[in-house]
Amino acid sequence: MANMTMIEALRDAMDVMLSRDPKVVIFGEDVGYFGGVFRCTAGLQTKFGEERVFDTPINESAIVGLGIGMATQGMKPCVEIQFADYMYPAYDQITQEAARIRHRSNEEFSCPMVIRMPTGGGIFGGQTHSQSPEALFTHVAGLKVVQPATPYDAKGLLIASIEDPDPVIFLEPKRLYNGPFNGDHKAPSQNWKNHPLGQVPEGYYSVPLGKARIHREGEAVTIITYGTMVFVAEAAVEKAGIDAEIIDLRSLLPLDLAAIEESVRKTGRCIVLHEATKTSGLAGEIIACVQEACFYHLEAPIQRVTGWDAPYPHALEWDYFPGQDRVRRALQAVMEV
Amino acid sequence: MTSHIKLQFAHPPARPGDKPDFSSLEIPQAGTLPVLAHDVAAQDCIDHANSLVRVLNDAGEAVGPWAEYLALEDPDALRSGLRDMMKSRIIDMRMMNAQRQGKMSFYIQGIGEEAVGCGFQRYLRKGDMNFPTYRQQGLLIAAGYPLEKLMGQFYSNSFDPLLGRQLPTLHSAREYGYFTVSGNLGTQYVHAVGWAMANALTGQDTIAIGWIGDGSTAANDFHTALLSASSYWPPVILNVVNNQWAISTYTGVARGHGRTYAARALGYGIPAIRVDGNDYLAVLAASKWATERVRQGHGAVLIEWYTYRVGAHSSSDDPSAYRPKDEAKAWPLGDPIERLKQHLILIDEWSEARHVQAESEILAEVIEVQKRVEAAGTMLDPQPIPGASLFKGVYADTPEHIRRQRQEMGV
Repeated sequence: MANMTMIEALRDAMDVMLSRDPKVVIFGEDVGYFGGVFRCTAGLQTKFGEERVFDTPINESAIVGLGIGMATQGMKPCVEIQFADYMYPAYDQITQEAARIRHRSNEEFSCPMVIRMPTGGGIFGGQTHSQSPEALFTHVAGLKVVQPATPYDAKGLLIASIEDPDPVIFLEPKRLYNGPFNGDHKAPSQNWKNHPLGQVPEGYYSVPLGKARIHREGEAVTIITYGTMVFVAEAAVEKAGIDAEIIDLRSLLPLDLAAIEESVRKTGRCIVLHEATKTSGLAGEIIACVQEACFYHLEAPIQRVTGWDAPYPHALEWDYFPGQDRVRRALQAVMEV
Repeated sequence: MTSHIKLQFAHPPARPGDKPDFSSLEIPQAGTLPVLAHDVAAQDCIDHANSLVRVLNDAGEAVGPWAEYLALEDPDALRSGLRDMMKSRIIDMRMMNAQRQGKMSFYIQGIGEEAVGCGFQRYLRKGDMNFPTYRQQGLLIAAGYPLEKLMGQFYSNSFDPLLGRQLPTLHSAREYGYFTVSGNLGTQYVHAVGWAMANALTGQDTIAIGWIGDGSTAANDFHTALLSASSYWPPVILNVVNNQWAISTYTGVARGHGRTYAARALGYGIPAIRVDGNDYLAVLAASKWATERVRQGHGAVLIEWYTYRVGAHSSSDDPSAYRPKDEAKAWPLGDPIERLKQHLILIDEWSEARHVQAESEILAEVIEVQKRVEAAGTMLDPQPIPGASLFKGVYADTPEHIRRQRQEMGV
């Protein structure tokens, strides 16, 4: 067991898989010699050589398209899109090629690749370094979509994603790369080094895809969330003094329907929280699933707390970011009924 | 004051009602270009990228250095190639009729372009992988792909290996070196480069072959693939089938002010040659040269196949609305089947009578398979594939939400 940041845990996952499986290759913009702009792949090229870890041209369609060619020929590419915001030129390759090759070929070909991308805001990245595009992927049959909230999950989920037989979009909440964030930008930064969820086993282990994690057990209300917002929810709940259950989804596609339904049936109240924009966002889908399965257990209308329907702003970041105050207001609204 | 700046718009030399006009094309004599060294560099390919490799002359003789390089001594191989092309054309004609009769939804024919796929396939080995477009069925026919599967895919019935998921001619045939075809244009060109990189990284000596049409060279992924092939130098052959038309859009629109598509590769440092795609012997010679180059580890190469799309783009297209009706007859490089037939007759290895006989044999074979496949269901006689199969293979394992949807469908 070692104490790690999420970046170190992700690097460790790639290190473990490069060692275990000669079919694993890592590539993307700046990931080779330099080790990536977030230094996620630092040292891997030195250790494994440039046939295993290498730089690509600044062309996201090449990163994904080459990965598809390699994956269909039996390799396990784990590629990096430098920011999730940059994936749009590769969107066609991801959604109409990688996602569909197994189905359209009646399983003559499959595409077991991982596409890592840093996601979300909180680092003053402006509108092209802060987006949360998960709903653009969860709408696509054939993809799996994952987002860890802790170093332990980051390593275990990335290992499971590399081993998965289907294409996985691996979204990394970059605000959590170095430590948890509770949504209060005035609070001092926390570090994973001093946090129990920063404890990461050495060597190989995996966290199964499609299974949610109960971040905090409670009886009064269920907050369904993922990524950075797990810690915003936790801070808001503690300040409000409400016995809320917090579910960290971990996998956004497929959703852990059983875990969601079990918790909402128990608490009878539900809030869905995410950083991505509201309209047609993932919260809408989760709420639809909850009301289909748990309508007669609900004591109050389901609330959603999300980013606003506007491009992510630079200097107005804290106005955009759904913080503790907005979560507390939603908690009051569901508890008052 | 009026600006002197005006845009230019590409136009074909003739529109409906005009006399077909190919007078501006530069068609060199057969046999003039030398054979290139396998390790040739891009800067030494300028003539080959701008002119045209041709083997058969107007009299039907095989002439020049590429004919000598090909050194084909076995006339059976040429007769077999002729039969492949004839089979491809007969299938196209039968299937277009079946589509017109309402038995299938859609069809894409390759009439006039048979030499390219049928010839190229001759130099591929087991384990090599084509990344084709919807118009490369010649590759499958020359590879001996079972006609029941080929046609079953058109009719989406129980003979369809893809269970009714794909439009006709979007085949997938891994064992026959045919990657699953996308309806999107150009995406597969990058996959070919990635596949070839995987071959190199895992120490396999098989190669990958990308295919794209002249119109689709405008798509981003054409340039993405060339750049990637140029960066990593994997064993890949990048083919451009220049058949002059992207549905109704004249090839000059995609080409812009570029001279040829082959010349585009030179800017990426990739050697390129331009070949008479209606000359079966030139196709064989260029395919032999390119596959040898790539197998020897000299890196990527691009071939522009210069041909003409005789048929409509698809069964939904009417080319008489945008080009002269008799334009195909005026195409100066002729018909690939007629040209090979003429050559074989000239060297005393074929005759008009044998040709007629071969045609009736192939037609009988195609009709026999077609009847059997049609008996398993057409759009006029639907015998649907069970709907549950649409949920199969979305993922390797079925997740809970799909299990629930299947239950809702009642299957």
